[in-house]
Amino acid sequence: MDSLALGADLEPEPVVDEHSTVTLFVNGEETTLTVDHRATVLETLRESFGLTGAKKGCDHGQCGACTVLVDERRVNSCLLLTVTQDGAVITTVEGLADGESLHPVQQAFVERDALQCGFCTPGQICSAVGMLREAADGHPSHVTGPDDATGPVALDAAEIRERMSGNLCRCGAYPRIVEAIEDVIE
Amino acid sequence: MTTQAPQFPGAPVVRREARDKVTGTARYAADRIPAGCLYAWTVPATVAAGRVTAVRAVDALAVPGVHSVLTHDNAPRLQEPDDPILAVLQDERVPHHGMPVALVIADSLEAARTGAGELHIEYERDPHDVTLTEDHPGLYTPEEANGGFPAVRNRGDVEKALAASPVQVDATYRMDALHNHPMEPHAATAEWSDGHLTVHDSSQGSDKVRGSLAQAFGMSPDHITVVSEHVGGGFGSKGTTRPQGVLAAMAARHTGRPVKLVFPRAQLAEVVGHRAPTIQRVRLGADLDGVLTAVSHEVVTQTSTVKEFVEQAAVPARVMYASPNSRTGHRVVALDVPSPSWMRAPGEASGMYALESAMDELASALGLDPVELRLRNEPATEPDSGRPFSSRGLAACLRDGAARFGWHDRDPRPAARQEGRWLIGTGVASATYPVLVSRSTASAHAAPDGSLTIRVNATDIGTGARTVLAQIAADALGTDPAAVHVDIGSTDLPTAPLAGGSSGTASWGWAVHKAAADLAARLAGHSGPLPAEGITTTADTEQETADESPYARHAFGAHFAETAVDAVTGEVRVRRLLGVYAAGRILNARTARSQFTGGMVMGIGMALTEGCGIDPVFGDFTAKDLASYHVPVCADTADIQAHWIEEDDRHLNPMGSKGIGEIGIVGTAAAIGNAVRHATGARLRELPLTPDTLLPYLL
Repeated sequence: MDSLALGADLEPEPVVDEHSTVTLFVNGEETTLTVDHRATVLETLRESFGLTGAKKGCDHGQCGACTVLVDERRVNSCLLLTVTQDGAVITTVEGLADGESLHPVQQAFVERDALQCGFCTPGQICSAVGMLREAADGHPSHVTGPDDATGPVALDAAEIRERMSGNLCRCGAYPRIVEAIEDVIE
Repeated sequence: MTTQAPQFPGAPVVRREARDKVTGTARYAADRIPAGCLYAWTVPATVAAGRVTAVRAVDALAVPGVHSVLTHDNAPRLQEPDDPILAVLQDERVPHHGMPVALVIADSLEAARTGAGELHIEYERDPHDVTLTEDHPGLYTPEEANGGFPAVRNRGDVEKALAASPVQVDATYRMDALHNHPMEPHAATAEWSDGHLTVHDSSQGSDKVRGSLAQAFGMSPDHITVVSEHVGGGFGSKGTTRPQGVLAAMAARHTGRPVKLVFPRAQLAEVVGHRAPTIQRVRLGADLDGVLTAVSHEVVTQTSTVKEFVEQAAVPARVMYASPNSRTGHRVVALDVPSPSWMRAPGEASGMYALESAMDELASALGLDPVELRLRNEPATEPDSGRPFSSRGLAACLRDGAARFGWHDRDPRPAARQEGRWLIGTGVASATYPVLVSRSTASAHAAPDGSLTIRVNATDIGTGARTVLAQIAADALGTDPAAVHVDIGSTDLPTAPLAGGSSGTASWGWAVHKAAADLAARLAGHSGPLPAEGITTTADTEQETADESPYARHAFGAHFAETAVDAVTGEVRVRRLLGVYAAGRILNARTARSQFTGGMVMGIGMALTEGCGIDPVFGDFTAKDLASYHVPVCADTADIQAHWIEEDDRHLNPMGSKGIGEIGIVGTAAAIGNAVRHATGARLRELPLTPDTLLPYLL
């Protein structure tokens, strides 16, 4: 039996196709485009902009490989619908370097060998850049003492580990990642 | 066998693709966006055993953007594949939960996914059996375990020796399934052009994938190109060909357009292999000085109904300790479960958890220091085979590690050290991993402009293969590694084996060394400018790798752990983890350290958080995504150190190297478990050591 024929006499359920036009500022460049309402920022960056640095490791906000900066804050781009981001300023890993000169976090990752397979690396780096700003802005973490929660937070290894724990690395580069971030802080 | 003196300095050369990886320009299989690309979404079976009886695709096909739906009714027919797990969409049978039963292909991923949600599939269910027990009636003794090892080996009379031993340990250790979960989900982008198939595949060896595709599609390998330029980890799960390439190629053939397919994370566990659950009974007999008289390691594990895979967990006991009486055996049962396969150090990681936990139990029973116990049982030759070791650095690793760790300061009494609510303990375990090597080819080319190029279809899954191969070639050519261009990661290059079994550097490096040394000789004998086409040399290590070594060749290591156990919650924190390895010549100190410590981090997960059961009612894995299956995070890793003993072993390869990619995980879980026992007095014999399993012993 051709099972694909099953139910062919029934009316298909209607499916609504919705698109909208949004303007994004990606790595300093303004772009207006029409997006599927179901498209995530991650999918838009990768498939529409061709910016494949941000990676899809889980598509559920569980691994952090898709981390980018939106309005200078780190976000899991797989959890944001592009249609909600009209006017957003987005920085991806491709937008961190200044020409040939790597961002200090990128440079530190190279020097410390804070990567192996490299798949989580763009997310780790964007997350570290966002994390450094959060600490400078005085955002406490789980390990920040109550007395340290006023003003910029000093980042020791425990703070870095805690704040970077949203970015999984199955190669286990964590010790080198912490060292790289410590290098940048110094 | 070579007797050349290894010369490699092990310089910590920076990973050459690091810049591409930190700037996001390194391209992985799913980063390809060919013009006109379609997107495929796989639909997994929701029953554990039975048949697909009907598929209603009309709603899915009505979704705007959906191009096609493939099922076993209309998918391209395959030849019998070289691995039965690749026979996807070929018939109605469902051998396990999660088996792909349909593929929705659309203009966008969003449409494909919506289409998949609109697909209605009916099944006829068979009763299923997904539960491993040590007395399962279906258990049988296979001929071989993974790696081609005999399933059973006996020496002397274990039962008699055990009965006569004044000190005995008889303990059974259990582990649930473990999942590889590389950060890059298995992905493929496939395209047909004039009868030629090109697949960008997330694999540990593209020649292997090309062979599988040629077999499945009944084609000559000459008409297939497989590229694995950058690979986001594999840990064994990409070492055998996985269905994504077959499905993407089918979809591309069916639609006439390029197709990209990425397995969703929550589907991975059931299609890419896993470390099979094991129930391991270890019995040790010793005299009052702690000298072993009997070692028995009996493994019960499971495979699928699709293929036989037997985790060789009893094999390391054939290598580790001297004993006149030994039994090592495996029994397996075929259940209605996904097919298990390789996960980092298959056999060693699981088996050494049990053996090294039992050794700790023996040390406790004897009142003997666990390091000393191991030193007293060092064998003169490989216990099972009687072959001499090419080198055996276990004792040196144990002594060096104990000194570095401060082991001898420890109070051996359990549950003796407390800091506030934290119970502190330390533990040790040995590690081992065999030296494997496969035939490889490579070429070396000198161009008239002075540039040097090495070509070999090696795969870099995060090891730093490009970098170390450049170092090997540069050494043979007497130049700087930066002067050597290295092309890897495509079947257009000279054929090479996969990145697996910690054998990549040995296998590829041997061929690269041979080709580069030949080129160096040719250049030395050449005067005047090079011809326009340059000079090219090729190498094939068929002869060098053909014969079995007369030596037992293994890397060894020692792991030391300090854990803190929260007496209130049962939470275990690993404060310190120190590994010392004897793995031949270390060719690149920077990338080697990363591999060692990376394995140790994975071992923390194995010890404390990783483990996945199978639901007896639904027949599926219970922790399929990264929110439920907990791999270690940055906060789980504190002070982690890797050191090594330099070995000058002339019986390996021209570089003098042993593999380093897997041994880091091997003893880690046992060391942590032994430290938890020291901290709390509680000997748990089941992984992972989650708070709920520890709490009953702390209250």
